[in-house]
Amino acid sequence: MSRIDETFEALRKRSEKALVVFVTGGDPPIEQLPAILQTLEAAGADIIEVGLPFSDPIADGPTIQASSQRALDRGVRTQDIFDAVKAADISVPIVYMGYTNTAMRHGFRDFAQRAAASGATGALLSDLTPDEATEWRDAAKLANLDTVFLVAPTSTDDRIKLACDAASGFVYCVSRTGVTGAANAVPQDVSRTIDRVKSITALPVCVGFGISTPEQVRMVCSVADGAVVGSHIVSLLDQYWNDGAGSNVLREEVEALKAATRS
Amino acid sequence: MIQLPPDARGRFGDYGGRFVPETLIPALDELARSFEAAWADPAFQEELAWHYKHTVGRPTPITPAKRLSQEFGLDVYIKREDLCHTGAHKLNNAIGQALLAVRMGKKRIIAETGAGQHGVATATACAMFGLQCVVYMGSEDVERQKINVFRMRLLGAEVIPVSSGTKTLKDATNEAMRDWVTNVQDTHYIVGSCVGPHPYPVMVRQFQRVIGDEARAQMLEGPGQLPDVAIACVGGGSNAIGFFHAFIPDTSVRLIGAEAGGHGLETGEHAAPLTAGSPGVLHGSFSYLMQDEDGQVVGTHSVSAGLDYPGVGPEHSFLKDTGRAEYHAVTDQEALDAFVWLSRLEGIIPAFECAHAFALLKKLDLPRASTVLVNLSGRGDKDMESASKLLEL
Ligand SMILES: Cc1ncc(COP(=O)(O)O)c(C=O)c1O
Repeated sequence: MSRIDETFEALRKRSEKALVVFVTGGDPPIEQLPAILQTLEAAGADIIEVGLPFSDPIADGPTIQASSQRALDRGVRTQDIFDAVKAADISVPIVYMGYTNTAMRHGFRDFAQRAAASGATGALLSDLTPDEATEWRDAAKLANLDTVFLVAPTSTDDRIKLACDAASGFVYCVSRTGVTGAANAVPQDVSRTIDRVKSITALPVCVGFGISTPEQVRMVCSVADGAVVGSHIVSLLDQYWNDGAGSNVLREEVEALKAATRS
Repeated sequence: MIQLPPDARGRFGDYGGRFVPETLIPALDELARSFEAAWADPAFQEELAWHYKHTVGRPTPITPAKRLSQEFGLDVYIKREDLCHTGAHKLNNAIGQALLAVRMGKKRIIAETGAGQHGVATATACAMFGLQCVVYMGSEDVERQKINVFRMRLLGAEVIPVSSGTKTLKDATNEAMRDWVTNVQDTHYIVGSCVGPHPYPVMVRQFQRVIGDEARAQMLEGPGQLPDVAIACVGGGSNAIGFFHAFIPDTSVRLIGAEAGGHGLETGEHAAPLTAGSPGVLHGSFSYLMQDEDGQVVGTHSVSAGLDYPGVGPEHSFLKDTGRAEYHAVTDQEALDAFVWLSRLEGIIPAFECAHAFALLKKLDLPRASTVLVNLSGRGDKDMESASKLLEL
């Protein structure tokens, strides 16, 4: 049983859903990442996704694109992010979220090994579907890393099955066709997609893309096992973190989001 | 008929495939099915042939380059894609994909463009078929290629400047892919070169192969022989792959691609992934690309906006590794020189892109009296403003 499995089991016992939050590695500056991760954990985040910035993030909207660009402009490298995560030494599961080329550059095996050595529990590559993931899954398995895969509203039942068979830890259900970024409303038909996924797998299903408010988290958690809040956290960090001086803003916001997973 | 790649998963050897978010996979499956059905349908082939003839102005001739031949001690022929409607080979593909979009019932078209040639070709096809057209273009290219921006708008397209990342073709492509992920249900993305996830590389090749099919027949009919050497420029690689394709089984024909060497390979300021890059994933497929140690795609430079791209189509990576084709880098200066001497020796002003192909006539030590066929992928009209700034005549 992986740390992600344990997390979902503990949540189930407490009748809670998972709050998954996202932060870009290297934005705010990488020296700040350990303190950010510790703040997120203390505020109640159940799983933390750490973004590995890529020069060409085709699955990301303006907020995470700009954040990735700031991180790259500061010269952050994948190994710097691994080192900062290790230094943070937190106990909630960490899942890296990146793009295929980052993981492939020195070989999937090397990447998976280094990711695992940093203390992470899993990884998700936004532009890698199970069709092309044989080598990646073998490498991740060898390193004891969970492989999270995406399902989308456009996925056929056959494809949902393919993703669920390849996934471990949880399945990431994209709320809508589109890229990451805040939206005014979570589409109503998200529950239809979740129902389809749930009928195929026993794995926990978390919903992401466009979720930023406690109301949206509550709505998503009424039908899924967790909600992912990404761009909203990235914006908060950019606006308020300020070398940790504004950590209370982040803490209060994450506490409010977490509270919405309990109702 | 020799069975040529890709396989069913869109792999040319190790290269190609599909590396895109899950949201797009069903659309790519639908596109692959629709393309295969259309390609096998005589009615579609007839329609395509009609448009090649009456819209694009095909077949384009091959012109014997008499003075050029004398100058270099070679027997040079030029395939004249510059005579296509809208001024480059790009319309062969844009028309084909627009016909397919109509067949698939898609009413909205998006495209990326660098120099603006593919954007103009797509806007032209959309005007003809009454389709809504949105073109993404790097904000730097919007500045550099004002006339083509105006042409697209005149043709009724919406041009959206992209100011993220490098502000050029690479990031325009990112933005087009994001639009497609968002609007995939009613939108077809007309990719402008033989890059991207399967089925794009094979589909674009099939729409461009008319160049080589015609040229091969014309060589046999006119000069009465196949060329010893066939040369084309390589940006994403669509004019080159369309030109090479017919000659791949003719192992006596040496296939040569000219990449953008920019300020010189040693400066790192170039756009020559096949000559100086390494394999990786960009824009949905596995192929050679320009990247750093950490897998970040690096900025490129070329005097030619159409070659200023860090990736290349997967079939070229395959042809390189198997040795069936060879690729050489040509610097900005060598291309500009060729731009001038081709104009003066033959009365043909080439686009900056294919000036790179001609530069190899001088740069490579081709055996004397070789028969050489060069693909002139487009005309130089779009480059007049840049040329007038770069050249003292
Ligand atoms: C005239 C011309 N040739 C070549 C290219 C490069 O594209 P490709 O390598 O796909 O033929 C372009 C692209 O804009 C072009 O306009």
